[in-house]
Amino acid sequence: MSRLRFLPLIVFALIVVAVAWRLAIPRDDRVASKLEGQKLPAFALPPALPGKPGLTSADLASGAPRLVNVFASWCVPCAAEAPVLLDLKRRGVAIDAIAIRDRPEDVAAFLAQHGDPFIRIGGDADSRVLIALGSSGVPESFVIDGRGVIRAQHIGPIMPQDVAGILAALEDAK
Amino acid sequence: MKRALLALLLVAAPLRADSDLPPSRWANQQLPDARQEAAATALMQEIRCLVCQGQSIADSDAELAGDMRALVRERIARGESAEAVRRWLVERYGAWVSYRPPVEPLSWPLWAAPIGLLLAGGWLLRGRFRRRG
Repeated sequence: MSRLRFLPLIVFALIVVAVAWRLAIPRDDRVASKLEGQKLPAFALPPALPGKPGLTSADLASGAPRLVNVFASWCVPCAAEAPVLLDLKRRGVAIDAIAIRDRPEDVAAFLAQHGDPFIRIGGDADSRVLIALGSSGVPESFVIDGRGVIRAQHIGPIMPQDVAGILAALEDAK
Repeated sequence: MKRALLALLLVAAPLRADSDLPPSRWANQQLPDARQEAAATALMQEIRCLVCQGQSIADSDAELAGDMRALVRERIARGESAEAVRRWLVERYGAWVSYRPPVEPLSWPLWAAPIGLLLAGGWLLRGRFRRRG
């Protein structure tokens, strides 16, 4: 029996260690798409607003790498990444977008306020393409190579410190 | 100062985390065919919500969960099997998205645990019965 005397204390210590470990290193709850390295699923989205073409998966296999930004006018971090996307566009990156659960007038107002770095914008009113891409929310961005293969996924807003990584991924996709 | 801060709190508008659009048609509406609805509901209870990660899409109020319920119902209404829809989702989000873990080396301990516990219990009981006898 005496051998087991310290068992409760040991169990308690293990629980403390487990709790302290998770507090020190919080769990990463981002869900990465399993489609990285695979061909884009086929889709055809109508224009998200008048005056700009919609987006199909065929548009993305254009022979050169492109960035696809999944965003929404109602998403706050999307507004935060807008200046960085404009910067990427200035650096010559071809950026298309998918607007999730949005109205044309809301997308137009968002672009008027935050700038418009997008060549095409498809409207995904019921998140169907978002789910088909293995994306779990807005904003997310995908690097697509010239053959239409998903080469990289960026979860969350693209911040200035992420630009180098995105440019490198686009370079890799050439 | 305190009052000013309180007043500031009152005028602060909460940030939106959801869109203004209404839920998808089949997010909260049952399929007319009861058998298909039963299959869809059973699957929805076993698919993890990507937003509220401890909940199933059947339980979650997140917009994305609603869109995933609509996707499940539409695919099943089109005649796809629940297992095919689950496979389609697992291809995109990994086995993590399904609450029914696959049998693979990584999950063997999980599947073996009940058997192991039963054996351990049997062993303990055997010791007890022996002492009685």
